[in-house]
Amino acid sequence: MPEPLRLQGISASAGYAEGPLFDLGQAAVRYVRKATAADEKAALEAAISIAAGRLATLIETSDSEAAGILEFQLAMLEDDALTGPAFARIAEGMAADVAWRKALDAEIAGYETSEQDYFRARAADMRDIRDQVLRALAGGGDIAAPAGAIFYGEDIAPTRFLETDWSAGGGIALTAGSAASHVAMLARSRGVPMVVGLGLVARGVAGPGASPAQLVGIALLDAEHGGIVLAPSKAEIEAFRRSSSSFAAHRDNAVAYLTRPAATKTGIAVHVQVNIADPSDVDRIDAAACDGVGLMRTEFLFGKTLPDEETQYRAYRRVLEWAGDRPVTIRTVDAGGDKPVPGLTVEEGNPFLGLRGIRLSLMRPAVFRVQIRALLRAAMHGNLKVMFPMIAVPEEYEHATALFAEEQADLLARGIAHKMPPLGIMVEVPSVAIAPEAFAKAAFFSIGSNDLTQYVMAAARDNASVAHLNSVRHPAVLRLIASVAAFGREHNIPVSLCGDAGGDPASIPALLETGLRDLSVAPAQLAMAKAAIADVSI
Amino acid sequence: MSAAAEASVLITHEVGLHARPSVKFTKLAKTFSADVEIALAANGPWFDAKSIVKVMAAKAPKGTVLHIRAKGDGAGEAVGALVELVRRDFDEGKDHARTA
Repeated sequence: MPEPLRLQGISASAGYAEGPLFDLGQAAVRYVRKATAADEKAALEAAISIAAGRLATLIETSDSEAAGILEFQLAMLEDDALTGPAFARIAEGMAADVAWRKALDAEIAGYETSEQDYFRARAADMRDIRDQVLRALAGGGDIAAPAGAIFYGEDIAPTRFLETDWSAGGGIALTAGSAASHVAMLARSRGVPMVVGLGLVARGVAGPGASPAQLVGIALLDAEHGGIVLAPSKAEIEAFRRSSSSFAAHRDNAVAYLTRPAATKTGIAVHVQVNIADPSDVDRIDAAACDGVGLMRTEFLFGKTLPDEETQYRAYRRVLEWAGDRPVTIRTVDAGGDKPVPGLTVEEGNPFLGLRGIRLSLMRPAVFRVQIRALLRAAMHGNLKVMFPMIAVPEEYEHATALFAEEQADLLARGIAHKMPPLGIMVEVPSVAIAPEAFAKAAFFSIGSNDLTQYVMAAARDNASVAHLNSVRHPAVLRLIASVAAFGREHNIPVSLCGDAGGDPASIPALLETGLRDLSVAPAQLAMAKAAIADVSI
Repeated sequence: MSAAAEASVLITHEVGLHARPSVKFTKLAKTFSADVEIALAANGPWFDAKSIVKVMAAKAPKGTVLHIRAKGDGAGEAVGALVELVRRDFDEGKDHARTA
């Protein structure tokens, strides 16, 4: 019996699946080279037409969301601009399969290097098109997966997803993949559990070249937390089934809680806000269902280039106008650590302990001042609060607030409309949680439980080998949170929590126990979090 | 006869001229016999509006001003119809951001 193996990735579609692991990487059949270039050309034409026919058939039986994806693939396949280069290579004497692969790989590379997530995610569709034709060329189809299987591999094709019968359960575990892929969208809307980004860890744990599918038959996919367990022990299976059924029960019950204000069983009100990363996130959230935005990340704006003041101003204003009177807490850029930004962050041996968050902003005041001006101007359009990430000592807070005051004076002198928002801090460096009295001037505290936990436990949150240590429910972490909450009550400083733990039904009772009454969660967890709060008797 | 027409329109669709919108765009372009091209700047480069490969290669995100030009029979109608399609947000409902 092999040892249980835990891999950690990112949840792309929440849920649980238990079943045999099915290796997506197993290749089917091989193409047999033809005698003449004319025959190669005919073979490719036939394969393209088979693949197109197959897509057309699938479109007829698909709903509109799936059909949209398939129509895109079909339009691509029918475009001479796509197929032309392959036929040109065949005319030069290349085999049909090699020519097709080379032509498509060149096209795929263009998508993979795109700066926009949405375009990059289309690379999966292009690979799907490539492989459908390659399969048709080789005269074979897919190897059938057993019912309820967990598909494991680098990526999964949208057509593969649509051809699979998910009614028997099952899920998807990808070493690469993307939460923005077509498959991820489909998985979310159909409730198929899916985890992406298991890659680096899988190689690290299983050894180079080892395929987890070769290691084990049954696997437990926890796409609520983004993990998978291979070769689980009996105890792990039992614990998994408990989490799985409680997840299912909660999801069914939770919907009713979405639009109600959150309160515990005994009627204690709890604020539940949402965490967002992109201004467009709010389009999918009913403002009335939440108490505001507890964390708006701004790193997204800093993708490839540093955003100008106007771009930032518009992004912040959009969210503030959506929220109306509700508070919107925007975090100044938290680059560095696991979030490098070209042109801003520096390469470091130990990035989580290096120049990240406010440290970086204070090192690069020219960049920081642009964000400050945008925030001061946006504050005119709603209930804005601003917080600084990675504060460790009070001098950083003072330095940052001084920059706000300077930019305010400048805007005033230039007669530009603006407003000074309340300025608070993230509590995520243990020094702040242990000695909060040094920060009594801060307008509010927001506990970043992900970082606080990793620093208290000395367990990097992106390292699956120490994932078992990375628990917000460790008494040391909870004690710090409780002491910060108590300090806030005594000194009238509002305290909230915006880490992943805030939306985790299993952690919510312990968090409320610490005295916290304000949680900020991912939009998808809003209903579940409110339902979990209603279940707590304090 | 060689009619020619040109116009520009702002893309307001959440994800830009991408998968599903580009299918609709090229399908409509193909219904005209005129040569139709698109560009993200008035001075090009220009892409064949009847090829989804080329239209996707233009990588036009939301907020881009799309330039459309046509030459040949029905050039004016082609440009007008395509501008209208973009203006109507490719006839997609509010859920397009999720499913486009």
